[in-house]
Amino acid sequence: MRRVLLVALLLPAALALGAAAASPPSAAELEAELVCPVCETTLDQSNAPVAERMKAFIRERIAAGDSEQEIKDALVAEFGPGVLARPPQGGFGLLAWLLPLAALAGGGIAAILLVRAWSRRRGPLEPEPPLAPELERRVDEELARFEG
Amino acid sequence: MARRARLVGQGVAIGLVVLLFALLAWSLVRSEGGDLAAAAARGERPRAPGFTLERLDREGELRLESLRGQVVVLNFWASWCIPCKEEAPYLERIWREHRERGVVVVGLDAKDFRRDARAFVRRYGLTFPIVYDGPGDTLSAYGVTGFPETFVLDPDGRVVEAFIGAIDTDPDRARLRAALERALGR
Repeated sequence: MRRVLLVALLLPAALALGAAAASPPSAAELEAELVCPVCETTLDQSNAPVAERMKAFIRERIAAGDSEQEIKDALVAEFGPGVLARPPQGGFGLLAWLLPLAALAGGGIAAILLVRAWSRRRGPLEPEPPLAPELERRVDEELARFEG
Repeated sequence: MARRARLVGQGVAIGLVVLLFALLAWSLVRSEGGDLAAAAARGERPRAPGFTLERLDREGELRLESLRGQVVVLNFWASWCIPCKEEAPYLERIWREHRERGVVVVGLDAKDFRRDARAFVRRYGLTFPIVYDGPGDTLSAYGVTGFPETFVLDPDGRVVEAFIGAIDTDPDRARLRAALERALGR
């Protein structure tokens, strides 16, 4: 019974994954993820001659049944990894993902250290000295007049 | 402790400023290639940056240094560049006229599809060596900002003359022929 339940739960997810893998890549999505090597904007933002050639190549490869990764690999083989709008998540490209995280962590640690240093420098709060009796009497009078 | 934290903070800030200056200096050194054409125009002969690139006209690679002893007409082009189409037949003529005198024309195709470049070579009947630099890594070294650009190198690999844009007017063609004679030492 437990197995049947597990299959019933996992089957829709597996079918969805299979359908996603089988569906052809979208030209619009690929054009947003690839960069024109001349104007260095994404292909969907560029009408440079080489960008138009790249768009035609993408449509041609989609029609030929290539996957998204195969199309990207083919363009990297022609123009180098600089055509990928997002750097690869491995090798040297990994640095582009890790450096901002490292900078964020470094900034956070620096902020914590600074706050700790400042809070220690100020020391504990001391109680306010009491008001002089004459001043306290005048304040009470003013408050009574204001409220009355 | 507070004093130490302040010192660390100051050290980090100074380090960041030094790093930014180093990056600025590096980018300036990298863009030095842009001065090649200007230096050649002043009559200096700056050294042409070397490269080893895949050949499109045949199998294998071509190393610029392997052409030492010959005058090189190095032409940067791409198949999608319209002025390159007008210039290509003239470069073929220069190659045919001067190859026996130790002049070699090298076409450097960049930011282009290999198959488009090969189709261009066939269409214009180019017979001189063609190399391929898809990512365009050599462009910054030569300070190339558009296509076509052409550099005439003497037998020692130094830039004698540079042409920004197509060599398609009589004065430009006369300047190219004069540069070839200068590079040949005549």
